[in-house]
Amino acid sequence: MENTPITDTNSSKYWDLIIRPKRNLFALPIAELWKYKDLIGMFVRRDFVSVYKQTILGPLWYLIQPLLTTITFTVIFGNIAKLPTDGLPQFLFYMSGTVIWTYFATCLTKTSTIFVDNSPLFGKVYFPRLAVPISILISNLITFGIQFAFFLAFMAYFAIRGSVFSPNLWILFSPVLILMMAGLGLGLGLLISSMTTKYRDLRFLVQFGVTLLMYATPVIYPESSIPVRFQLLIKANPMTPIAETFRYAFLGAGTINPSDLVYSFLFMVVVVIIGTVVFNRVEATFMDTV
Amino acid sequence: MSQIVISVENLSKAYRLGQIGTGTLTNDLKVWWAKKLGKPNPMLTVGEADHGNHDGETLWALKDVSFQVEQGEVMGIIGPNGAGKSTLLKILSRVTAPTGGCVKVKGRIASLLEVGTGFHPDLTGRENIYLNGAILGMSKEEVRRKFDEIVSFAEIEKFVDTPVKRYSSGMYVRLAFAVAAHLESEILLVDEVLAVGDAAFQKKCLGKIGNVASNEGRTVLFVSHNMESIQSLCKRVLLLKSGHVILDGGSEKVIHEYITLATNDKTAVSFVDLTSLQPTTSPIRISYARIINSDGITSTSIPCGGSFTIEVGLISSGKGERIFFDFVLKDEYGVHLALISSYFAYSEDVIVKDKIIAFARVENTNLATGRYSIDLMIHRYGGEKIVDLQEAMTIDIVSSDFYGTGKIPSKSLGLICLPCKWTFK
Repeated sequence: MENTPITDTNSSKYWDLIIRPKRNLFALPIAELWKYKDLIGMFVRRDFVSVYKQTILGPLWYLIQPLLTTITFTVIFGNIAKLPTDGLPQFLFYMSGTVIWTYFATCLTKTSTIFVDNSPLFGKVYFPRLAVPISILISNLITFGIQFAFFLAFMAYFAIRGSVFSPNLWILFSPVLILMMAGLGLGLGLLISSMTTKYRDLRFLVQFGVTLLMYATPVIYPESSIPVRFQLLIKANPMTPIAETFRYAFLGAGTINPSDLVYSFLFMVVVVIIGTVVFNRVEATFMDTV
Repeated sequence: MSQIVISVENLSKAYRLGQIGTGTLTNDLKVWWAKKLGKPNPMLTVGEADHGNHDGETLWALKDVSFQVEQGEVMGIIGPNGAGKSTLLKILSRVTAPTGGCVKVKGRIASLLEVGTGFHPDLTGRENIYLNGAILGMSKEEVRRKFDEIVSFAEIEKFVDTPVKRYSSGMYVRLAFAVAAHLESEILLVDEVLAVGDAAFQKKCLGKIGNVASNEGRTVLFVSHNMESIQSLCKRVLLLKSGHVILDGGSEKVIHEYITLATNDKTAVSFVDLTSLQPTTSPIRISYARIINSDGITSTSIPCGGSFTIEVGLISSGKGERIFFDFVLKDEYGVHLALISSYFAYSEDVIVKDKIIAFARVENTNLATGRYSIDLMIHRYGGEKIVDLQEAMTIDIVSSDFYGTGKIPSKSLGLICLPCKWTFK
């Protein structure tokens, strides 16, 4: 062209950004994400505010949802089907299951639709795409925090009423459990979201699959009540040890098996790695397929 | 001489045709299975198979594009539809990755590809300013500093705390543009945003873009079909066609080249076969219609102020009837702009025979630039309509040097260009 380079434009240090066809699949743009921390904050805020704008009960919905689910479970599975609860008060048993399951399930379902949900945005501006799933994890973590505090309140109420359950030191382990759930939800969600750019039918599979997976996780029944022939199936589910350990930590009943926890943890790490690689691959060109 | 801030080197982008898949896994498997058996693709609609410009199943939206942009330059990018303008901006703004070559950039890039993306309808104007700013890469602090300026530029002071879903579309667009234009980025990419908003605001936006470059030393890449704004803003223009850079140089030269290109564009559907649209039982039918430009070439692109001829072929089973032709020229909203009628403009009667070819020559087409459609109608004397083909053909009026001053009037300034002479005493 008519312009000749003036300074040393051949040196790569001169340029701030070089756009090339291939990107590093294992790259986690931590530094870039940090630069966009305000964006993540805004996304979290948007998720919250937009949920209860133009509703009567507003933020109360964060409490009503788990409460209604727990009541339903208590009536159907506790009183009608009479499923065992390891000797725990039924209400607390189902509520602990519901609260943690909701965190995992919303992380998974919301992450799995990010490309389709955000395609108008992704198609127009650049920002590190991982900002969206990360903001989903954070906003759900806050929801989880609110619902969990609600659960603690019920725990206190039941303790005063004289119910017997024994929280123990495993409580200190719960941040790791939360991390594992977040990781599983994120990894699986990224994987599915990347595939939904090509195959929309996976969306239906997610809705259906999450419900099915809940029944394969000790949410409405304790692990101890599973017949032997289903043991392997339930144990293959990485959410099983998380749900059981969590319940054990706060209510003192259930099964804890460290090797199962290690399995879950490794499962989570592998899923996050695969999810990130696939996500990075799809991210570069997904606008051409959506 | 200032420094180079964007260097595009042999940039290519390929889109795969047909291979993107059918969208569902089951259908993809069907296609794959058919390929394996050597059968034709079952998901293709009949007649869909041949696209024009691709080798194999790949379409090159950009092919070996290279250019450099200096700091503070406002460069226009023009070209016919499908030339690769938007693809180029998408790669620059990192929305999609190139297939080959690379782009080197010095400084931060902000894109204004389509205003209002990322607005959440339930959030207020204030919340959306922060959200949109963050999406475009601004920190909260940066937005806070520019907040008042943004609000006053968008002229929405009274509505800052109203959810944007209650905004008028004009307010919406103004706000979106204001946020993007106040970004502190070294490079700004602008794509056709000015097609929206009222004329006054468009002018304000153009002024802002020009200001951004000349006063703040920022670099602007500006894609538009509006030659007037390209001409007023850009010193240098890049002309793209089918993924290649055709011309890169001073705006006047390149715009002239573009207009010539558009006028001779033969790829547009300029010849219409109309036989299938009319029942075979009809006694009189139009077999084809085409538009011929002043050089005698079939073309739908006519320069503003130029002349064209509508040629219509007629087949008839009967003879001796007296008929007349009505061609109605309409704008995009269906407003009847002109009647080209043999009833009024031809003093004798047209008598039907086996075949008739009608030529209607229109001179001084002083319509503003844009696309117009033409209805083709044939009436019997006494009023009965024999043929009625609504919007049978389209005609594109393209910019030209109508007034002989080198300045090009655009549609937003008036639908009709009246020839006028100015004198001063």
